[in-house]
Amino acid sequence: MIGEQSSKTRSSRIGRTINRDHSQILAQGLPLLTILIGSLTPFLPVVAAGPVMPPFGFMIFIAWRLVRPGIFPLWIGFPLGAFDDLFSGQPFGTAILLWSLAMLALEAFEARFPWRGFWQDWVSAAALLTAYLGLSALIASAGTNLWHVQLILPQLLLSIMLFPIIARMVAAFDRIRLLRVRVID
Amino acid sequence: MAPPTIRRSGHSRKAQVSAFTGYLIAAAGAAIGAILLVLSLWKPESAAEVRGAATDVAAPAGQVGGMARGGILGIYDRIAGYLDAGSQNASLRRENEAARIELVEAKAIEAENRHLKQLLDMQEAEIKPVAYGRLVGSTSASTRRFAYLSAGTNQGVEPGMPVLAPNGLVGRVLETGRSSARVLLLTDGASMVPVRRAEDEVVAFSEGRADGSLRMRLINLGINPLKEGDVFVTSGAGGVYRPGIPVGVVERITRDGAIAKPLSNPAATIYVAIEPIWAPETEDVFTPAANEPAE
Repeated sequence: MIGEQSSKTRSSRIGRTINRDHSQILAQGLPLLTILIGSLTPFLPVVAAGPVMPPFGFMIFIAWRLVRPGIFPLWIGFPLGAFDDLFSGQPFGTAILLWSLAMLALEAFEARFPWRGFWQDWVSAAALLTAYLGLSALIASAGTNLWHVQLILPQLLLSIMLFPIIARMVAAFDRIRLLRVRVID
Repeated sequence: MAPPTIRRSGHSRKAQVSAFTGYLIAAAGAAIGAILLVLSLWKPESAAEVRGAATDVAAPAGQVGGMARGGILGIYDRIAGYLDAGSQNASLRRENEAARIELVEAKAIEAENRHLKQLLDMQEAEIKPVAYGRLVGSTSASTRRFAYLSAGTNQGVEPGMPVLAPNGLVGRVLETGRSSARVLLLTDGASMVPVRRAEDEVVAFSEGRADGSLRMRLINLGINPLKEGDVFVTSGAGGVYRPGIPVGVVERITRDGAIAKPLSNPAATIYVAIEPIWAPETEDVFTPAANEPAE
């Protein structure tokens, strides 16, 4: 009887709390894993005629960075960007450069405007996405004569509209991340 | 929301130094990225080895998706069919649509007859595909148009080989892994295919426009002889692509050529064939007049 009662009272929405702690692997690994999976977008069974898919890897990366500023070291753009570059089709180095710069830009932006909210996060993400997609297209068009706004406009609008949903998904993952699953003896 | 304070270094000398080091490393990362970028723009094939290996690892996941794609298309059809059956005027609409489709089909058959004749030429030449594979994905978030193929060097696929769908040219192999390859699609901005009009010898270059269409640039400038609905096939000039592979249909006329729609639809293609690189006779290479007869 006491056992049944106690299992209820000791658990909360983040799991049982007494005698439990966060798993370091889950807390550190889940954000990285979700970003890496996002970078595998090219292997979705879609053979697109044009750039239509939002850059999911970059969006999940930005969403994690906005919801939990402390979990990534500043240089994380380098390894994550390198992984993204392997599959994205962009010239190798595009994402390394742009993800690192995004990290620094967000840091500077947050130092200037420390208080945050839904609209501010969305606007900063939209600005980053615009810069990211624009520069990516510019880099990709090197050597060809293809650079017009209409090419990336649908993708950009879709990405910006989709960002709050990605942010909510990441917030849900954040709760999984902080589940107290490790038993302390 | 309150600002997070985790990055505050405060008066701790150690924390200040580590925050500074973080910025330094991040800036160094960006700089290395820029250097790699310049390097890969200068020599695009420099990262091919790493990319090939990485694609080999990741492609099986895409292959499952590629197999599912056929199934998903079937499910969509079934749902659409169910909704149609539910509507009261379905039979009327269907009749109307059937008539409309027949009209379009009649036009399409007319065009198809023309390039089927071209296809017959090719079958006489007896070029056997090196391998067959699935397109397991494409770089759908980038303005470059690459597709990933589920066959690699183990299947005999080599860079440069043309990739064909049943109804036309898809592109050519750019980089290979052991069991996967990267295909430069016809619609990529860097793709350039020598083509000619199917019924006569109007020669042009087919350039990708990265948005699913092709730009046909006529080689002989003058009065633009193209009309809407003209079919372009590969001319075989310069080798790589054998002559007579259907490429695209003209949709819109421009000043120096036309905008065309590719005939192959990689999204609806389940299997593609990879053919050996076509090498024309030596004398053809050295006498361009034999390949590209003047208008």
